[in-house]
Amino acid sequence: MSDTSESTGDAEADAADGADTSAVDAEEVRHVADLARVRLADDEVETFADQFGDILGYFEALDEVPETEREEELVNVMRPDDVKSGLTQEEALSNAEETEDGYFVGPKVS
Amino acid sequence: MATDYNLFITEATIDGDADAEGPLADATVAVKDNISTEGVRTTCGSEMLADYVPPYSATVVDRLIDAGATVVGKTNMDEFGMGTTTETSAFGPTRNPADPERVPGGSSGGSAAAVAAGEADLALGSDTGGSVRCPAAFCGVVGIKPTYGLVSRYGLVAYANSLEQIGPIAGSVEEAAAALDVIAGPDPNDGTTRDLSEVEGADPDASYAAAADGDVDGLTVGVPTELFDGADERVVETVEAAIADLEAQGAETTEISLPSVEHAVQAYYVIAMAEASSNLARFDGVRYGNRAESDGNWNESFAETREEGFGAEVKRRILLGTYALSAGYHDKYYEKAQDARAWVRRDFEEAFADVDVIASPTMPVLPFELGESLDDPLRMYLADANTTPVNLANLPAISVPAGEADGLPVGLQLVGPKFDEETVIRAASAVEER
Repeated sequence: MSDTSESTGDAEADAADGADTSAVDAEEVRHVADLARVRLADDEVETFADQFGDILGYFEALDEVPETEREEELVNVMRPDDVKSGLTQEEALSNAEETEDGYFVGPKVS
Repeated sequence: MATDYNLFITEATIDGDADAEGPLADATVAVKDNISTEGVRTTCGSEMLADYVPPYSATVVDRLIDAGATVVGKTNMDEFGMGTTTETSAFGPTRNPADPERVPGGSSGGSAAAVAAGEADLALGSDTGGSVRCPAAFCGVVGIKPTYGLVSRYGLVAYANSLEQIGPIAGSVEEAAAALDVIAGPDPNDGTTRDLSEVEGADPDASYAAAADGDVDGLTVGVPTELFDGADERVVETVEAAIADLEAQGAETTEISLPSVEHAVQAYYVIAMAEASSNLARFDGVRYGNRAESDGNWNESFAETREEGFGAEVKRRILLGTYALSAGYHDKYYEKAQDARAWVRRDFEEAFADVDVIASPTMPVLPFELGESLDDPLRMYLADANTTPVNLANLPAISVPAGEADGLPVGLQLVGPKFDEETVIRAASAVEER
């Protein structure tokens, strides 16, 4: 159940304790957390691996859903491109942790 | 207040228009803390936004104030709306005024509890998978989840856009309906709102408060077996007694089947988590929100900010949503969930060819004890079995008190066809008149 080939080997060994049919291993949890830019503590990784196994196992039942035609009544909502006032620069920056000369200051790039 | 229910994250007053006339003049309203209030911090129940002060108000807040209602505070909630008990809040759990050892339901638990405790006449909640109806049921008050597109979400901090609506909570059906009259209607700032004069079959002159007339003579009520199976017996008995009373008032009941709803919780969580993983990507600590002290680069700083700012349930949903959308799993989870959503929608459409409203328990369980479900997320998700189908199908629904079981409130849910809020309000008002 791994989406990258390099995470299969060690990962399956990690998940050996209490593994069931839909087990998720710690490597996979770390990989997804990395994609989502969420750092996790080691104990959190273990807890999530167990819980994700249960939850994804429950989602397996979606396999029984028949392919269904999706007739959405969706329409584009358009409006004239009129200029309207928005937030002032001061308002837009008011919640930023760090600003400089009217700009947001972000973390270093590398 | 004898017991501290932890109703509000921030107590602050925003005065209503003193010259306004109408049912909301001089009313007090409690606003869920994911609905923006200009100058009053809006935390979403999260450490991430503990100091966030919106520079503008949500459309619904402006409309309530213009109608004369005064905001009395920002209510506690599950973090970013992710929960069924209001225990995932970074500001501690809210207690249920009906029984302080139990949860008020969620995620709009502070809003429903504020009304139940008499701290506000009205409240606003948001309902993505039941978050207005669940706490209304658990606290013994009325909550309305409007049809998708009836109420503006401008200023609502987004969790899962394709599912959520803002809805009113009040002590009676008529009061909740009067609040809906004020907040409903198109908004140029929310392109998903609809102008009812352009919606086939909808009544552009609908008066929701006037619909609370208790007249159910000749109304056909569908009773879906799937939404009673597996529910707590005490809940089923209470709800069946309320439905029997509707029959005594001239309504006709008929058993119906909605086979697709067996997959609603699965489909709901896959879609909601997928949308959450995308929506919550904006919280990186740069433009707003708390930022971790980090020496790392851009990616490391974001990851540390999000580790510190988000609680466990929010992380769980972001990660599972990312997983469900990732290469190799997208078709297995997300595509199948969209099929299930279309199936649920079709099931309801077919049912409404024969019935006017559909009745069921709002929640299949009585209010949990505090702490009971916190370590078992799947158990908490399964409690949403009866509310999530409504969001998947974009329909209007109401939870109205059906009575009590073991001294705890039980809610009856009534679901109607798209933009037919009047019929669910009418039927609900008959439930409370009995």
